[in-house]
Amino acid sequence: MNREKVVFAFFIVLALTINFGFFIGDIGNPDHHNVYELFAAIVVSLIATVLKFGDRTHIGAVLLATSLVADLQLVAAAVVWGYGAQISAVGLDEAAMASVVSLSAGALLANITSVILLMVETIMIRR
Amino acid sequence: MNHILFVLLRRLRTPLITVIIVYAVSVLGFVIIPGVDDTGAPWRMSFFHAFYFVSFMGSTIGFGEIPYEFTDGQRMWTLVTIYGTVISWLYSIGKMLAVFQDQAFIRLMNRFAFIREVNRIGEPFYLVCGYGMTGSRVVSQLTRRGIHVVVVDIEQARIDALETDSLEHNVPGLCADASEPDVLNDAGLKSPFCVGVLPLTDQDPANLAISIASKLLVPKLPVICRTESDVTTANLASFGTDHIIDPFVTYADYLALAIHSPYKHLVYDWLTNPEHRSVASAYQETNGHWVICGYGRFGKALQRSFKGKPVNLTIIDIKPMDISANVSFVEGPGTEADTLEEANIREAVGLIAGTDNDANNLSIIMTALELNPKLLTVVRQNLSTNDPVFSAAKTDLVMEPSQIIANNILSLIKSTLIGEFLHEMMTHQDDVWAHTLVNRMSSVAGDAELDSWAFTVNAAETPALEKAMTEGKTLTLNLFLKDPGGLRQNLPAFPLMLKRAQVCKLLPGELTELEEGDEILFCGLSDAYYQMQWIVSNFNVFRHVIGDADALGGWLGRWYRSRKAKMQVEKTVPESDYSEL
Repeated sequence: MNREKVVFAFFIVLALTINFGFFIGDIGNPDHHNVYELFAAIVVSLIATVLKFGDRTHIGAVLLATSLVADLQLVAAAVVWGYGAQISAVGLDEAAMASVVSLSAGALLANITSVILLMVETIMIRR
Repeated sequence: MNHILFVLLRRLRTPLITVIIVYAVSVLGFVIIPGVDDTGAPWRMSFFHAFYFVSFMGSTIGFGEIPYEFTDGQRMWTLVTIYGTVISWLYSIGKMLAVFQDQAFIRLMNRFAFIREVNRIGEPFYLVCGYGMTGSRVVSQLTRRGIHVVVVDIEQARIDALETDSLEHNVPGLCADASEPDVLNDAGLKSPFCVGVLPLTDQDPANLAISIASKLLVPKLPVICRTESDVTTANLASFGTDHIIDPFVTYADYLALAIHSPYKHLVYDWLTNPEHRSVASAYQETNGHWVICGYGRFGKALQRSFKGKPVNLTIIDIKPMDISANVSFVEGPGTEADTLEEANIREAVGLIAGTDNDANNLSIIMTALELNPKLLTVVRQNLSTNDPVFSAAKTDLVMEPSQIIANNILSLIKSTLIGEFLHEMMTHQDDVWAHTLVNRMSSVAGDAELDSWAFTVNAAETPALEKAMTEGKTLTLNLFLKDPGGLRQNLPAFPLMLKRAQVCKLLPGELTELEEGDEILFCGLSDAYYQMQWIVSNFNVFRHVIGDADALGGWLGRWYRSRKAKMQVEKTVPESDYSEL
C-alpha cells in the first residue's frame, strides 16, 4: 500500500462528495445549500489541485486540468455568493442562489471526470 | 520550459498545501467564533469578511479589526492565526527560494536557456566540444571571422570563462559531458544550421565518443577531431572522421618540411599560421646531425617524419629505450651538459627539446646553446601561460600543440582548397617555385596576417557574376582583384589555385576566363576578402567594376535615366518624319 496514493485518491474523492453534497437540493433555495459545505469544497479542491502538480504523465496532465476547472467553477460560485450576500442591493435572492448552485454543478462534472480518470488509471495498473 | 515549471510546482507541493490549510482553518475559525456588531448585537463574520481579514493579516498588512471591533474570543483566535499564517508564508517562500538556489534546478534552468539560445541561432555555426587551450583559441579565431560557435565543456569554470574572454560576439556555452549524445543534441547537433563538429577535449576517449555519435546521428556533418595517440587516430579514421589532427604528428611533419624544403615550409606556414615567420628565417644549414631530447609521443613522431631525410639522429631520454637501428641513444637528462656532450652536441646542427616539462625544455636549450651557439633550436611548449618565457628564450621554433591544432582547424574551415593546394605544391612543385611564391606573398601581405579564402562561381556564392554570365558576358579572373574604391588599383590579394572539373591549376593567370562551377582560392589581406565579397554579390558594385555605365546607381537612378532617354526619343521622332517628307 502506498500512503501517497491513499492521500491522493482521498482528496479527489472527497472533493467530489463534498461538491455533490453542496449541489443536491432545490436549485434556488438557500436553505438547501450550506455555505460551510461550499467553503470545504473549495479548500479540498485546491488541495487536490496542488497534489496533482508535477505528475508528467498524460493522465496526470488531464487530472490537473479537470481539477483546475473545478477550482475555477467553485471560486466563481463563491464570488457570486459573496456578491449576492454583501454587495447586491437585493441580497442573496433565488436567482443568485441558482447561479451559485449551477456553477457548483459544473465543478461537480469536472470532479466526476477526475474520479473516472482515477478509476481508469487504477484499473490500468497491472501487477 | 514546461519541465522547469513542473519541477518547480512539484517541489512547492508541500508549502502550497500548508498555506491552503492554514488559511482554511483561520477563515473557518473567524466564521465560527461569535462576535458583536457596533450596537452590541450578536454578529458572526461571513466567509467574505473572514477571508478579507485573513488575507491582509497573513500578509502582515494589518488594516485593523474590520468591520466591527473584535471580541476577546476573536482576538485570541487572531493571535493564533497571526503566527500560523506568517510561519506558513515564511516556510513556503523559504522553500521557493531554496528551489531557485538548488544546484540541480540551476543546472536545469541553464540547460533550457542554452537550448533556447542555440535554437535561436539562424546562421551556420560550429559545435566546439572542450574549451581548454585549444578550444578557446579556435573559438576566438572563429568568432573573429564572424562565424557562430556553440561550446560544450565539462568544467563550469571554463564555461564561465566564455563570458569573461573577449570574444567578438556572444557564444552559448553549456557545462556538460559532451560525450553524451543528449548533450550534443541539445547543443544543436541536429540543427540544420550546424556545419561541423569539433571535438577538442584533452581526453581521447571523449573525442572518440563525440565523433562517433555525430557520425551516426548526422553522417553528413564534417567532424574535425583532435587526438593524441595513434590508436585513436586509426579508430577515428575507421568510421570516416573527416579530419583528424594529432598535434605531435602534425608538428613533426611541419618540422621535417622546414628542414627538407625550407621555402615550401614557409608557404605552408604563411597559409596556416596567422603569425607567420619572416622570409629571412628559411633555414639553409639543416642537413646533418640532430639531437632530440625526450622520446615520448613527440619524439616518436619526429623520428618517423625524419626517416629518409639526410639527417642522422641522436635521442636523449631519462629512461632506457628500445630504439630501432641507425639511431643512436643516450640515457640521461638532457638538462645536463654531460649528457648533451655525449650526444655530440658540438657537432649538431639542430636540437629539439621535446619533453613534457616546460622548465626542462628551456633548461635544455640554454645549456645546449652555451655548448654550441650556432645550434638551430626547436622547443616544445606545453602550457600557453608560459608564453613570455618562451618568447624571451629566443628559440628558432616553438612547438605548441594547442596553437598547431587551432591553426590547422582554422585553415580547414576557411576552405578545403587550402589542403588541396598544399598537397599539389608538395607533390608537383620544387622549392624554387615555393621561393617565388613566398616573395609574392610577402609583397602582398608584408608583416600582416595573410588570409585565404575561396569562391565557387555559382548562383549562391557569386550571384552578380552568375547573372552576368547568363547574360553572355565573358568574364576573366582579374575582375575579382579590382578595387571598387579606385579601379586603377588592385586589391592586395592574388589567386592561388583554380579548380575546374577536379583539375587543380596552381597560380592561374589573371586573364583566365571563368566558367560556371570554378572554385578559386585566393590569398591576401582579409580586407581584400570583404571587398571581393562586395564585387561578387552586389550587382551595382559588380557593374561598376566591369565598367558598365548604364547600370550605375540604384533603381531610382536607372528609372530616371531610362525616362530621360525615352523623352528624347519621343522628341526626335516627329522631326525625322518631317525630314522623310
